[in-house]
Amino acid sequence: MLTADPGEVALYRGRRGRTPGLPVGQQAQVLRELAGEVRRSVVRMIDRAQMGHIGGDFSVADILATLFGGVLNVDPGDPRNATRDRFVLSKGHCAASLYATLAHCGFFPKSELETFMAPLSALNGHPNRTKVPGVETNTGPLGHGFPVAVGCAIAGKLSGQDWRTFVVLGDGELQEGSNWEAAMTASHHDLGNLTAIVDRNRFQQGAGTEETKSLEPLADKWTSFGWDVRETDGHDHAQLLQAFRPSDTGRPVAVIAHTIKGKGVSFMEDRVEWHHKVPSRDQVHAALEELSR
Amino acid sequence: MTAELVRETFDCRQAFAEELIALAKEDERVVAVCNDSVGSSNLVKFKEIFPERLINVGIAEQDLVGVGAGLANGGFVPFVSAAGPFLTGRATEQIKADAAYSGVPVVLCGQSPGMAYGELGPTHHSIEDLSWMRAIADLAVVVPADPAQTRQAVRWAASYSKPVYMRIPRFKVPEVTPENAPFEPGRAVQLTEGDDVTVMAVGTLVSRAVEAAETLRGEGIGVRVLNMTFIEPMDVEAVLRAARETKGIVTAEEATTTGGLGAAVANVVVQNEPVPMRILGINREFAPTGSASFLLEHFGLTADGISRAVRELLQP
Repeated sequence: MLTADPGEVALYRGRRGRTPGLPVGQQAQVLRELAGEVRRSVVRMIDRAQMGHIGGDFSVADILATLFGGVLNVDPGDPRNATRDRFVLSKGHCAASLYATLAHCGFFPKSELETFMAPLSALNGHPNRTKVPGVETNTGPLGHGFPVAVGCAIAGKLSGQDWRTFVVLGDGELQEGSNWEAAMTASHHDLGNLTAIVDRNRFQQGAGTEETKSLEPLADKWTSFGWDVRETDGHDHAQLLQAFRPSDTGRPVAVIAHTIKGKGVSFMEDRVEWHHKVPSRDQVHAALEELSR
Repeated sequence: MTAELVRETFDCRQAFAEELIALAKEDERVVAVCNDSVGSSNLVKFKEIFPERLINVGIAEQDLVGVGAGLANGGFVPFVSAAGPFLTGRATEQIKADAAYSGVPVVLCGQSPGMAYGELGPTHHSIEDLSWMRAIADLAVVVPADPAQTRQAVRWAASYSKPVYMRIPRFKVPEVTPENAPFEPGRAVQLTEGDDVTVMAVGTLVSRAVEAAETLRGEGIGVRVLNMTFIEPMDVEAVLRAARETKGIVTAEEATTTGGLGAAVANVVVQNEPVPMRILGINREFAPTGSASFLLEHFGLTADGISRAVRELLQP
């Protein structure tokens, strides 16, 4: 099991204490910077490993930065605290983005990111909770994280505690039926402590979701399953903060975050081939240059 | 026919339900999770006593196991209960990824395993479960043989720090476990003494192995019966002792022979102390129509079938 970076933990504790008190504009600026750090780390990790899922890593980066930087009640210095908020990345193939977010928040040293997918690294291509602090369940096969998150939320409710559970789902992932089993369970149990976030980048591995097996009308689907639906720009940190507020009605909350696959690097944006394409040397330089602006 | 055939027999689901209620009274972290199987898992009384602590996810086994893993993450001790074929077949990947690989202590209870559902047919039989579950790392695979062991299994699993798959027999079996018998991972329970052949059995076949040993004693053949309860982790020492001290090993299980008890024992024996073996079970076949007891006869999973295998092993 990796261990926390004490310096970053102190910074994180300080930042978390401050950001919720900041005006939204300033808070969003802090989160934007975190997301930028995450994206730059992801480029370096995938360049070193020559493997990864860069398109989805970039579509989800702002969601992860907003959650870890401004919403989740977690402590990288005490990652298994019983009353922590639970965060599940159901689209586990975007582990690079999660690892970078965790490292930039102090859950483990940033230097560890250099081992991404290297032999015997704790940072497998898909996240492993027995090795990486901040990971709640091992995901990778799609349609797994959501039911586990529902179980976490039931646990929170049963134990009468007010911690919350968040799960990030890929949009293509919603083609797995287990998600809809979980959606029904959450609704039946009135899990107002649960927020499911759909990274709606409109692409799956080989094509658009609507060409492959259409998801629309997606908001109506969630509504008909008994969820409160909030649609938002998945790259606008102020909007995301607002969307991640607790349930207004006691119903579980579905946030459909409209995102762009490959967001942040112009030649990757909205292009299906960047699902898991590895950038060339020149592309790495160009990407880092764009992401540093 | 020996007198043992008319011994009183029990449906282990009763012992399962009673022990789970007793445990839940002692430990408020204990919850039951089921897939509409409140009745077939014998959880009606549990639900009456602990209405909040019975989580019924409806007919949705993938969700069932994932929710169980989430409850364990949230500090509860979930007993995830469903008919064996649906729990292990429909949710295999959830058992692998959400429970075993994630390392969370979920107790998976496969109700009415083997061919207990008899005439309902192979869709409802759970004979593949032992092969499937044994293939998953870090998952204990436990097959109680009677009500006493079912109680022990429930109590033990609640305090084990890793995930467990256990069968809860529906097919009625007599009590075979001596009082104060140990119940530990990697520990078999020896039921009879004998130096000619060892019979290793699990679940419904344990009492039949004891019957076979009694018959064979009358023929001058000494049979050592081991109740192997823990297929994983297995009592490797007991297997090696049997291989060294007796002339051969017969295994017997109400399961396909592809990967359960017999395969596990053979794995140890052939690589360390090769001795002749007979592996009794169902050899990659879907069962014909028939009651559970008819099907056990059909596949030779009886005291007579075990006795025949022992005699065969001893033939020069």
